[in-house]
Formats: sequence, C-alpha cells, structure tokens
Amino acid sequence: MGQITLSINGEKHAVDVSPDTPLLWALRDHLDMVGTKYGCGVGLCGSCTVLIDGEAVRACTMPVEALENVEITTIEGFHPAGGHPVQRAWQDEDVAQCGYCQGGQVLAAAALLKTNPDPSDEEIEDAMGGNICRCGTYPRIRKAVKLAARYASEEGGEA
Amino acid sequence: MSVRRKSDVDTSRRAFLKVSLAASGALVVGVGWTGLVTAAGEETWVPNLYVRIHPDGRVTIVSKNPEAGQGVKTAFPMVVAEHLEIPWERVEVEQAPLDDRYGRQVVGGSRGTPDGWNDLRIAGAGALYMLTRAAAAQWNVPPESLAAVNGVIRHEESGRSAAYETLLEGAARQPVPDVSVLKLKNRPEEFKLLGRFVPGVDNARIIHGKPLFGCDVRMAGMLYAQYVKCPVFGGRVKKANTPEVERQPGIVRAFVVEGTDNLSGLMPGVAIVGETWWAVNKAREALKVDWETTHADSTEGYAREAAKLAGGDGETMRHDGDVEKALEGAEKVVEASYYYPFVSHCNLEPQVATALYRESGKLEMWAPTQNPRGARALIARTLGMDERDIHIELERIGGGFGRRLTHDYMVETAWIAREMRVPVQLQWTREDDLQHDFYRPAAWHHFRAGIDGDGRMSAFDHHFITFGRGGETVSGASLSSSHYPAGLVKDFRLRQSIIECNVPTGPWRSPGHSAYCWAYQSFFDEVALAAEKDQLEFRLDLLSRSFGEPPLDLARTAGTLKKAAQAAGWGRDPGPGRGLGMAFHYDHGGFVSHVAQVHAKGNRVRVEKVWSGIDVGPVINLSGARNQVEGAVVDALSTSQLEITFTEGAVQQSNFHDYALATIDQAPEVECHFIQSDFPPMGLGEPPMAPAPPAIANAIFAATGVRIREQPWSRAGIIV
Repeated sequence: MGQITLSINGEKHAVDVSPDTPLLWALRDHLDMVGTKYGCGVGLCGSCTVLIDGEAVRACTMPVEALENVEITTIEGFHPAGGHPVQRAWQDEDVAQCGYCQGGQVLAAAALLKTNPDPSDEEIEDAMGGNICRCGTYPRIRKAVKLAARYASEEGGEA
Repeated sequence: MSVRRKSDVDTSRRAFLKVSLAASGALVVGVGWTGLVTAAGEETWVPNLYVRIHPDGRVTIVSKNPEAGQGVKTAFPMVVAEHLEIPWERVEVEQAPLDDRYGRQVVGGSRGTPDGWNDLRIAGAGALYMLTRAAAAQWNVPPESLAAVNGVIRHEESGRSAAYETLLEGAARQPVPDVSVLKLKNRPEEFKLLGRFVPGVDNARIIHGKPLFGCDVRMAGMLYAQYVKCPVFGGRVKKANTPEVERQPGIVRAFVVEGTDNLSGLMPGVAIVGETWWAVNKAREALKVDWETTHADSTEGYAREAAKLAGGDGETMRHDGDVEKALEGAEKVVEASYYYPFVSHCNLEPQVATALYRESGKLEMWAPTQNPRGARALIARTLGMDERDIHIELERIGGGFGRRLTHDYMVETAWIAREMRVPVQLQWTREDDLQHDFYRPAAWHHFRAGIDGDGRMSAFDHHFITFGRGGETVSGASLSSSHYPAGLVKDFRLRQSIIECNVPTGPWRSPGHSAYCWAYQSFFDEVALAAEKDQLEFRLDLLSRSFGEPPLDLARTAGTLKKAAQAAGWGRDPGPGRGLGMAFHYDHGGFVSHVAQVHAKGNRVRVEKVWSGIDVGPVINLSGARNQVEGAVVDALSTSQLEITFTEGAVQQSNFHDYALATIDQAPEVECHFIQSDFPPMGLGEPPMAPAPPAIANAIFAATGVRIREQPWSRAGIIV
C-alpha cells in the first residue's frame, strides 16, 4: 500500500492503494466514483472506458502506478453540464437500453470525434468495436455518433 | 447508517388507506393492481400509489416494475401522464421498491405492459376525474362542461381555468370514482403522448455516470465480497484453507457456506469478504478448495446420448391423423435435423447485490432483480426469516434477459450479510457469471415433412430431443404440443426424448422460442424450396388454414409477414452476393415477422438490414418499442454465434475471449413497421427475438447456398 496521487476530472486525489491496483477499482472502491463500470476485468468489453489525456483507455487493466502524471477523465467528469455533442446525441437518439455500457460508449465516441470529426460507418465500427453492448444498441450508437458529428460541425466547435 | 444516494423521504412506503392530502400537501391517488376501484361514495382504494401531484405543480409518477432496459420506467409513467392530461416535461419518475400493494413486479414474459395497462390508465384517469369534480364544485358548474389540457382544468363557457395544483384540497375530498365512469383511452387516435418517441427517464444519469445500478450502491462501512462455488454445479466443500485467505491483505473474513441442494438457490461455496473488491479478488488466488462433486456432465456425452435417442421412438406428445401414412403418400418428403447448444445470458453487469442485516433481525437489500418477490421468498426460506423482515430496493438492472429471475446471487449476499452484520456488496467476477448461469438448454430437432401434389406441406413429423431431470423437462427445455405447425397440417406428430441433465437451466429471453423458432423457420425454407414455392407464398399458404384450433392468430401473423415483406420489397433481386430471407413467429402476446438482407463475400456474411413487421397492438413509447426490436435482432445474431460447453461437469468458457458477444461492426440496420391493431398493447421484450435468427439464416442460404443447421453458425463455415 502507498499513497498515489491521481488527477481525476481536474482534481487531485490521493489514494492509499497497492500500486498494481487497476484504476477501475481505485475509482470504484476508494473514491466511490462508480460511473466507470466493471464488465470483464480483462480489457475486452469497454464498460470501464475512461479518457487518459483525451484517449479512450480500459481502466480495468490499467494499474494506478502508471497514472501519476496524466489527466484522467471519467464519465462523471466529462462535461457534467451535459452540453457536449455526444451527450446531446445520446439523449436525442435515446441510445440506452439497460445503460450499463453507455458511459464507456460515450467516452469512446468522444475520443473518436476528437481525432476524426466526420467518421464513416466503417471508421465508427473500427473505433467502437471494443465497446460491447449486450442489449444491442449498436444501430443507435452508429446514428448517435453521426448526429454528434453533425452537431459539432453545425456549431463550428470541437466535439 | 444510510445509503448515500437515496433520498431521505420514502413516501412510497407510507400506507395510504384513503385518498388524502399527504403531509407535504400532495394529492395522492392509488389503484389496486387488479384494476378494481370500490364503488363511488367510498373513499377507500386498494392503496397502491402511482401519482403524486405537488403544490408547486410537479407530478411524481411511481414506476412499480424493475427496469432492465426494456423501457418500462419510461413507458409506464407515460400511460399515467396520458390519462392525467399533464405535460410530460412536468413528470418526475420514481422507482418503487418491492411492495406487495403493487401486485406483480416482474420483468418477464413480456407481461409488464399488458398487466399494467389497466391500472396505469385508471391511476391517471381517476386522478383527473377527481380534479375535474373539484373544479366543478368550486365553480358550481357541471363537470361535463369542463376540459383538461396540459395540467389545467378549463371551463370554456366562462373562460375560467385552474391549474391542477390549485385544486388539490378539493380533489382530495371527492369520492373515489367507479372505474366504469373513467375515460380510458384505447386507440392511437386518442393519444397525445403515447406512441411518440420519448427518450428514457434515466438517460441523464446514464450519460453522466451517476449512481443507478446495483453495483453503484455505496454505504458507510460497506465491505465487498466474492463467493466461490464449485466449477462443477452443486459440488460441496470438503476442505478449504480459509485461515490462509484471511491472512491476505485487506481481507476481513473468509468462511465456508454449507449451502443447499437447490441449484437455483444457495449452492455450497466459500465467501471472501474484504475492505475492497480488488483485495478480495487478489486474496481469491490464495484460496484452495477440495470439492466433492457428484456428476461429470459433458457436451460430448450429451451429443452421444442425443444420437442414441434419435434412433428411438421417443414419447409421442401429440399425433393428429396418421403421419407415417401421410408421408408415404406424399409427393415429396423433406428431412433435416437442427441443433443448437446451451447459451448464457451474459448480462454485461455481472451478478451483484448489497445487503445489510440489522441486529433487529431485519434485512435490507439493494439489488438488480427481475422478480423481487421471488427473491424475497427464496431468501426467507433459506435463511429461516419472515418475509416481512426483508425489504428490497429495486436497482436499475444492467441487463436482464431472464437471468435475474433466478436469485442465487441475492441469497448468497443475504447469507454473507447476516454473517457480517455490516453492509456487504457481493460482486461476481465475469468468470463467475459465465460459469454459474442458468443456461438456455440445447436441443436437437429431427424434422420430416411431406409435400402434396399442390405443393403444400401436408404432413409434419418432429422428434424433439431435449433435457430433463427425473423424466421431466428442465426449465426452458419444454415445447408445447400445440406449437405450430401443429394445427396447420392435417397429419402431425410430435415426439420427445429427454437427456438427463445436471447443469442449471433457466428462462432465457423468450424461453424456448428464441431457440427453436430458428429450427422451424429454417426447415420451412427447405420445404418451400423442395415444393418450388416462393417463401412468402409458402408461408402465407401455411397460415391460410387450420385443422382444429389454430395454434396462433393466423390473420395477425400473416399481417406482420406481409408488412415486413412489403417493406423489404420481397421479390426483388437484391443484387450479386446478396440474399433475402424471412420468418414469422408469435410468442408472449406479440406477432413479429422479419425479412433480412445479407451480403456475402465468400463465407463472410454481413447482415445489412432487417425489416420488421410488428403487431403488439398500440405502441406506447415509439423509441422504447423500436429499441426492443433493434436490440432483439442484434441479440439474436450475437447469440447464434455462441455456445456454452461442458466438460467434467464444468463450463469451459470464461470471459469474452471465448464467449464473444457481437460488436458494432456486426449490427444491421433495423427498420420497424408497427401494425397498430385493435388489440390491447402487449410487451416487446421478447417477441422480436425468435424470428430474427431464421430470417437471417434464410437470407444467408439465399446468398450463399449454405443451409445452416447447427449453432454456432461457424460450424456451417459461416462467419458473420
């Protein structure tokens, strides 16, 4: 055990954990930040997706010791006011069914649009292929990513 | 001690025996789950609570059923709001806990909508009736001269109007109306809100990662647990090194639970409880258990037994006419066998529950459950408790599909919590979840069909090889003897053989149907081809007559098939490498047909689009309804590529690398066409599921010439 300082959603958090603890469990059990979800524990489902310096990363296989000098964004800290084009598109398309995977889907979509503001179906499928939705909301995810891209371009802002 | 995210006031648990003003000044209306309201003049209702109108104009509507993604938490309050004539934007939805006054609180059998329809309409219309009477009394005008629009009662003649919230006291003094005087809406033409595309009420919480699910519960002093069971179902603990496990960092206790013989209840195991889940997960590596097992079921053993049984006669479950004679006299006989394996529910949220056992002997639980009353009964029975001492809060379910109709994870949590006397959250691993499910059972279908001189299917013989224990089929393994094509052909026989099975099985989304519809509707494709008939024409002909009681509503079924075919442009040439396929089905009150289009490049197939014809009566929430159809198609495609196998009594798969659910690149576009027929609304969680695999498989045949008769479809060399 030892103190590790993590920068999460713009705030510093000191956590007392063994350095090999995956970020997922530091968030959930030590910081009570439960928006990041456990699905498989081996980086295969994407439920635990967070942004690390803007890139989509699986928190379940990422030990905290590797994260002392990076900026972590969890779903709780991602545009809490809800104005991001991806968030609005997710609401307007009513993507969620059970909703368990959707925090990870939203962050994966946001990371995609940051580097590719107008992705094709194929590019969406490539980028989102690691985020499993057991309810099968994929047709809506495809539509919502495109809608978010449209919102962002209409506003001339960055997604 | 309290759950941090729960509000302090829990009004839904107060007992309202009368329509009354609550302490907050809110008008409270309730209806009995049977939909019966006592005669006018008496103020007593069966006090189930759905509606609260607050003095500031907000309206709280309680959703009684668990939400698993089927959309009930949005759809149910919509029905109330429609009848209360209030703007949807003003509605706040509250999730009810388990409470006997609500009657049925189950996600299952697509029964939520048909069962709730009357109560919800009465709850809304009854409240509106009393508000209207209050305004009429205040203004001394006949109630018939008043109209309600957007939360306001208006008197056209005098121009007077009053917002609902100004009428609460007067409304509370009105007698409870008899149901017969209430205006309950039935048809889409009457709806203002119902039938519209309404996004889910929990969306904001979901996209901001706010606590919502069972695994999100956090309490002061809460400990985390895992429960380790024998890989071979039902195995007992002979010896376990629990002291060694307790010495691991962060571990509070490790102990053996003797458990019961009930495969759907508390199975024997070892509980590990610690300060964090990760500490428990690591300590589990040090656990060594000597298990005592009593069986060694295997997929290979099942297959050997099935092959042996296929040569026998089986037990005749139904015989109309004389099948052997009819087959002998047939112009052509088509014969084929189909096989599908065991599959897992594989909820994305692995099983989880939180419980606190208080010194007073009362148990509080927070859990994702599809049938909380069933869970409570199991817990009471296993722990020797009184059901009245168990309270269950319904957390949003991270995927149901039938898995959470069985409550092993909840009784395990309750047992551990009673040992610990502090709040405990049991969180299964993905591996636990995949290896301790209640699987959809495998089966073999051996079909023979006779075609007469007119190209009609005139005889049908079916040997169904399924699973059971002690001669009775296990859960999810039965087939109704009145299932079509029984009743659609003159000479029909169903025979059944049972393989003894020691692995747990259970209801899996559209139990039975979701598996065998693929076999039936694929075989129909084969028969139509042999009869040299168009697939649509062949199926419509099959649905054009019955012998005795029809096994399903022929006109409604044919209606959905025509609808899907028309939408897809059936009969057109889909182009090189492409194929169209179709299937119809009826289950759980809903009629659904799909037409699928696939594009094949060699053995790699992309499902491009699915057109669905759906008849579940009037649609309540267009978004929720479409979402169920879209999701069911993806689920069907996904599941058709999967299998759970057993060796030496244990499951071989462990995580998503060897149980690989479909990903976004495999998902087709889905286009829904609803036939809003003159029937009461039915649920949609299940009906779109069953006809999806055969529609896709038949399209694959049309594109590739490969007839898929085994699941996973990769066994036929097809990769989707």
